[in-house]
Amino acid sequence: MKAMRLPPHVMLLLPAVILLAAVILFPLLLSLWSSFTPFRLTRPDSVWQFVGLRNYTRLAGDADFWVAFGRTVLLLTLALNLEMLFGLGLALLVERASRGQRVLRTILMFPMMFSPVLVGFQFKFMFNDNVGLVNNALQSLGLTDQAIPWLIDGKLAFIAILTAEIWSSTAVFAIFILAGLMAMPRDPLEAARVDGCTPWQTFRYVTWPFLMPFAFIAMTIRSLDVARAYDIITIMTDGGPAGRTEVLWTLIARTAYSDARMGIANAMAYVAILLSIAFTAIFFRQLAKARAQVAADW
Amino acid sequence: MANLTFDALEKSYGGYHAVKGIDLDVRDGEFVALVGPSGCGKSTTLRMIAGLEEISGGEIRIADKRVNDLPPRDRNISMVFQSYALYPHMTVRENMGFTLKIAGCSKAEIDEAALNAARVLEIEPLLDRRPAQLSGGQRQRVAMGRAIVRDPDVFLFDEPLSNLDAKLRGQMRTEIKRLHARLGTTIVYVTHDQVEAMTLADRIVIMKEGRIEQVGTPDQVFNHPATQFVAGFIGSPPMNMVPAKVAGGALWFEDGTELPLPAAFEELSDGHEVIFGLRPDDIYPEGHGLDAGTGDIVNLQLTVDLSEPLGNETLLFIRFAGAEWTARMLNPRNVARGERLNFRIDMARVHLFDAATGCSLGRQ
Repeated sequence: MKAMRLPPHVMLLLPAVILLAAVILFPLLLSLWSSFTPFRLTRPDSVWQFVGLRNYTRLAGDADFWVAFGRTVLLLTLALNLEMLFGLGLALLVERASRGQRVLRTILMFPMMFSPVLVGFQFKFMFNDNVGLVNNALQSLGLTDQAIPWLIDGKLAFIAILTAEIWSSTAVFAIFILAGLMAMPRDPLEAARVDGCTPWQTFRYVTWPFLMPFAFIAMTIRSLDVARAYDIITIMTDGGPAGRTEVLWTLIARTAYSDARMGIANAMAYVAILLSIAFTAIFFRQLAKARAQVAADW
Repeated sequence: MANLTFDALEKSYGGYHAVKGIDLDVRDGEFVALVGPSGCGKSTTLRMIAGLEEISGGEIRIADKRVNDLPPRDRNISMVFQSYALYPHMTVRENMGFTLKIAGCSKAEIDEAALNAARVLEIEPLLDRRPAQLSGGQRQRVAMGRAIVRDPDVFLFDEPLSNLDAKLRGQMRTEIKRLHARLGTTIVYVTHDQVEAMTLADRIVIMKEGRIEQVGTPDQVFNHPATQFVAGFIGSPPMNMVPAKVAGGALWFEDGTELPLPAAFEELSDGHEVIFGLRPDDIYPEGHGLDAGTGDIVNLQLTVDLSEPLGNETLLFIRFAGAEWTARMLNPRNVARGERLNFRIDMARVHLFDAATGCSLGRQ
C-alpha cells in the first residue's frame, strides 16, 4: 500500500501555515465566533450558544459604549494633531540648532524610552489633587488656592490623559519630521527666498509640502498606537471615576475580564478594530497623495 | 533693469576671508561673467547680490540703492541655480508662476506670464508636468522661465549649465545669449568654465582667492591678460609659460636657450626674472599658422613629442627651452611622433610677466 504524499511545495509551506493558523487565524476566528455568542468566562458552555447579531444590536443601543467610542475618536484626533504640531515645532527648533544637535536629538527621544505604564504613574502623581506637582505649582504661583481635581473631573482627567499621551509620543513626530528636514534639499528654500517668500511663506509653500509624507508616516504609526491606548489610562484613571474617562480598550478589558462577558467584549473589539482600520486607511491615502506630490527624486 | 555696483565688498566666515574687498560697476543691461577656479569667491559674491549671504563689509547697490540690509524678496532679482532648485511638488506652470503668486498677482496675470515665459523658452507642452517628469535640459529651461516671469532688475546665474552634458550645454549657452539679447536685462553669470564666460559675457571678471584679477572684455582678457593667472586661466589649451631671464637684450631660458627680446619689452633691465608666455596659436609649424605677418618671427627646428588631431586643427606637444610646449597646427596634416618641423614663433605676440609678482610687463 502506497502512503499518500503531499507535493513538496505544500510540505514546505505547511509548518508556516500551521504556525500562523495556530497563533493568528484560529484566535481571530474564535473571537469572531464568540462575538456571536453570549460567552461568559464563568460559563464555558455558553461559547456554543449561537445568538446571531444580538451582541452587536445590543452594542448599537448601548450609550456607554458609544460615549467611550466618541471619547476614543476625540482622544485620537486631539492627540495626533497636537503631537504633530508640537513635534513639528520641536523638529524645526532642533534643526536650527547649530551646535549640540546630536545631543538634542538623543534627549528628544527620552520620553519614548519610558514604558507607558511608568509614564502613567508619573503623570498620575503629577496630577494628584493633594500632593501633585501641578496643583502645587499652580498654588505657589498664586493662580489658584483650590485643589483642582485633575483626575476626578471628567474633562480635566481627559486633559491630563491627553497631556501624558502627548508628552510620551510627541517625540515620534519630532523624529520623523526632523528626518524629513534633514533630507530636504536647501536650494528650493533659497529659490523661494529669491522668489519673494517671507519665512512663513517659505514654510507654507516649500518646506511643509516636503515634510507632509514624513508627518503622515508618523500619523499612521501613532494612530494605531493611540487607538489602542490602554496602559496610560488604566494607570491614571482606569477609565473612571464612574466611567468618565472610559475609552474603547479600557471598556473592552473591563467587560472581558472583570465582568467576564467575553462575547460582547469581542463584539466591541471588532468595532474598535474597524475604527483603527478606518484611521489607518485615511492616513495611508493622505500619505500616498503627499508622496505623489513630492516627487520621488527630490 | 538697473545697474549694479560693488563697493569694497567683503565676506568672511569666521576667520576665513572669502571675498577680500572687490569693486565693480555693472552697467544697465550688461552681461558680466564672474569666472575663476573653485574657492575664488565668485559664488559667494553672487549669493551676496541675491541676499542669500550676509555682507561682511562694503556695499552692494542695485539701481543706485543700497541693498545690504534688504531681504532677497525686496531686491527685485531673479536667480537660476546650478541644481535648478525647482519646487518638486508644483507643476511647471506653478513653478514659473510662484513668484507672482507670492507677489499677489491675479490668477489670469500669473497664467499669462507663465505662458509667455514658456513660449520664449519653448516649453509650452510641459506646463502641466512636474519637475520629476522632465529631462535635465527641460528643467534648466523651467528654471530660466521662473527667473524671467517677474521682469527683475538683475538676473543672477549660478553655474547654470554645469549639470548638463556637453552638447546640451552648448545649446543652452546659445539660448542664454539669445535671451539676453531679447530681454536686455542686466546679468551676472558665475561660471568656472572660461569658454562660457568668453562666449556669453560683455565683460569678464576673473577672480582669484577673493580678489579681482582683471576686469575686461573677452578680447582684453584674452589678448591683454593683466596677470600670469589670467593668462593661464583664459584660453584653451592654456598659454605656454616658461621662466626666463633678461640679459643683454635677449631672453635666456633656464636650460641656456636664447630668444631675442621682443621690441615691446626693450626697456627691461638686465637680470630681470620673467615668465615667458606664448599662446599655442602663436607657435606653429611653418605654413600652418595664422601668419598675422608682423615680421617679427623666430624660426626654430623642433621635434614633435606627441600630436592630438582634432580634425580642424592638431595640437602638437614639443620640448623647447627645458619645458613642454603646446603648439596649434591649422590646416593639419598627419604628423609622426619624433618628426622635426620648422616652427615659427610670433615674437610680437609674446607676453612677459614679472616672475615675482605675476603682473604683466606691458605689451598693452
